[in-house]
Amino acid sequence: MYAFTKKELYICGAILLFLLVAPFVFANFKLQLAFMLILIVLAMTWNIQGGEMGYNSFGNIMFFGVGMYLCVSMQIGVYFPLAEWTESGGEKTFVHEPDQYFKGLGIGLMFAALVPPIIAGLIGYGILGLRGHYFAICTLGIGIASGELAGGIELIGAGQGMTAPPFPKGLGDLEARGQFLYFLCFALLIMTFTFIRWLYTTKFRLVLNAIRDNEDKAEAMGIETMRYKITGWMISAFFCGLAGGLVGTMVGYIEPVEVAFDGREMGVFMVLMTILGGKGTLWGPIIGAVGFHIFKESFWTLFLGWQYVALGVLIIVIVVYFPEGLMGYLREKKPEWFGEVVDDKDRKAQISLD
Amino acid sequence: MDFLVFQIPALTAQAILDGVLLGILFALIAYGMALQWGVMNIINIAQGELVIMGGYIAYFMYQAGIHPAWGIFVSPVIMFFVGVIIYKLVINKVVDRDMFISILATFGISILMMQLMNFGFGSDVVVAQSDFGTTMLFNNSVTLPNSKIFSAVVSILCAIVLTIYMKKSKLGRAIRATAQNARAAKILGVDTEKVYASTFGINAALCGVAGALVAITFTLHPYVGLPYTVRSFMIVIVAGLGNLPGVAISGMSLGVFEEFADYLLGTEFRIATVFFLLVLILLYRRFKLAKKREYLK
Repeated sequence: MYAFTKKELYICGAILLFLLVAPFVFANFKLQLAFMLILIVLAMTWNIQGGEMGYNSFGNIMFFGVGMYLCVSMQIGVYFPLAEWTESGGEKTFVHEPDQYFKGLGIGLMFAALVPPIIAGLIGYGILGLRGHYFAICTLGIGIASGELAGGIELIGAGQGMTAPPFPKGLGDLEARGQFLYFLCFALLIMTFTFIRWLYTTKFRLVLNAIRDNEDKAEAMGIETMRYKITGWMISAFFCGLAGGLVGTMVGYIEPVEVAFDGREMGVFMVLMTILGGKGTLWGPIIGAVGFHIFKESFWTLFLGWQYVALGVLIIVIVVYFPEGLMGYLREKKPEWFGEVVDDKDRKAQISLD
Repeated sequence: MDFLVFQIPALTAQAILDGVLLGILFALIAYGMALQWGVMNIINIAQGELVIMGGYIAYFMYQAGIHPAWGIFVSPVIMFFVGVIIYKLVINKVVDRDMFISILATFGISILMMQLMNFGFGSDVVVAQSDFGTTMLFNNSVTLPNSKIFSAVVSILCAIVLTIYMKKSKLGRAIRATAQNARAAKILGVDTEKVYASTFGINAALCGVAGALVAITFTLHPYVGLPYTVRSFMIVIVAGLGNLPGVAISGMSLGVFEEFADYLLGTEFRIATVFFLLVLILLYRRFKLAKKREYLK
């Protein structure tokens, strides 16, 4: 792993400090902040195959939803009969002891982290053989089909949905629950950031970029592109599943179309945030997610019922006018910030050619 | 699972006939999608929403006391202008770009239209009654609503008229030239911008006709657009671009498949089956091409 540069170290330290202090300073916005961290994780992991690999997926929402369902149902299923829980509306009949709650959550998150990559690995060979827009449409279909399918399974509450186990009563009030969940999300973010930052310094990223730029040539160079593509997707799936598990616990109520497999919201948000910040960069998705979340939280209530209209307009505006995102814009204006050597003569020569 | 449909011949005949009539309607929508895909290299996710919007125009005529079947003349005219407006506002900025940009942009349009229709037209499931009656076949064992037959006939007529128009008219020639090579067409004096605008408008008009037919044969709801998009996408990738008989045949097969899935699995899984079929078809094509070391382009 390349060492941090001094500037980067200051920035990361400041952000870290802010995130550590934030839940105590902005106590009322703890869950919103936690949600923002989750969005950053989702954007960063979408970027692995969307931005670096050039495989624009609408289907990562599937891993998110699978993780969410798995985490909650394992947390329940380890100690209580799952079918009775979903039938009775859960928390009234069975109560998790604090000990059971945390152990169950641990097991649930483990499953939420491990099963989605397995699914990605299994379907990856077929799906990732599709390229470009075929891949995009196919994953769109997968995302919606998995939502429809989850709505047909009685064990996890079918279309009615199911409730997640509530935070154990003995351990304190909403305040304690908020802080606990916030720091879980925080840990996930730190883990994701460290891992992805390391990943982007390896040869792996170069291979992914080669696939994005020209897959045929990459193959001709002797790279087994399929293996790298599947690995990339599995990494995405791992973090998406974990994020899904945490969101399920945070929201407390899971429903197939509106919460878990919500391709119209979360599935598009991932793509949008990454594009807003800049595809194929480390910091782009982070900036995009933060900007998008702040915009959403501050203005969403203003639209009151017109949210989807605003979302549609937002998608169109971002995609049409900022397809390169903020980082792309900066890169064009200030290439020296990105360590690119700019030859002024060369630049002038280019301008005069135009 | 209920295999009754295979044991009683009348039910089988019913399913096949229903499916064929339905499939012709799907093929009409797919024709529009193939047109703009071939000419502008754009996949329009909002295709289904255009259909539903066209349907609502027919429905409002029905509300106003006019027979909804007249919608097949009114709604394409309105939808043509809607299409041109959408083109001028959004699509002309994404035509030459990466295809994913156009998918995402039209996805935005789709969400926008869905929600606007939800506000404007209400979120209830509505039907425009055509009162065409039904036709009984084979000793009254097979029932066919005349509205379905009407919709199939109108779709076929529409496709024929459009094909002739594409072959004979000046605009049709310009559209075909642009599809073959936009740059060369531009050099030879074709106003490609206008061609694109009218292609998108024609596609929207086709969706308008299809929507009016959907309104009298099925039900309308602001949120059911996406399955129509997926169906037409499926039909186009099976048939290939610019292959009209192929579009008709794969449309009908899709219709028949859906009817049988309806009988076998139940109506609640209908949409899920459509999406699964999409994935299966794409995977089938992918593995078939992979044998020749090629991929879908």
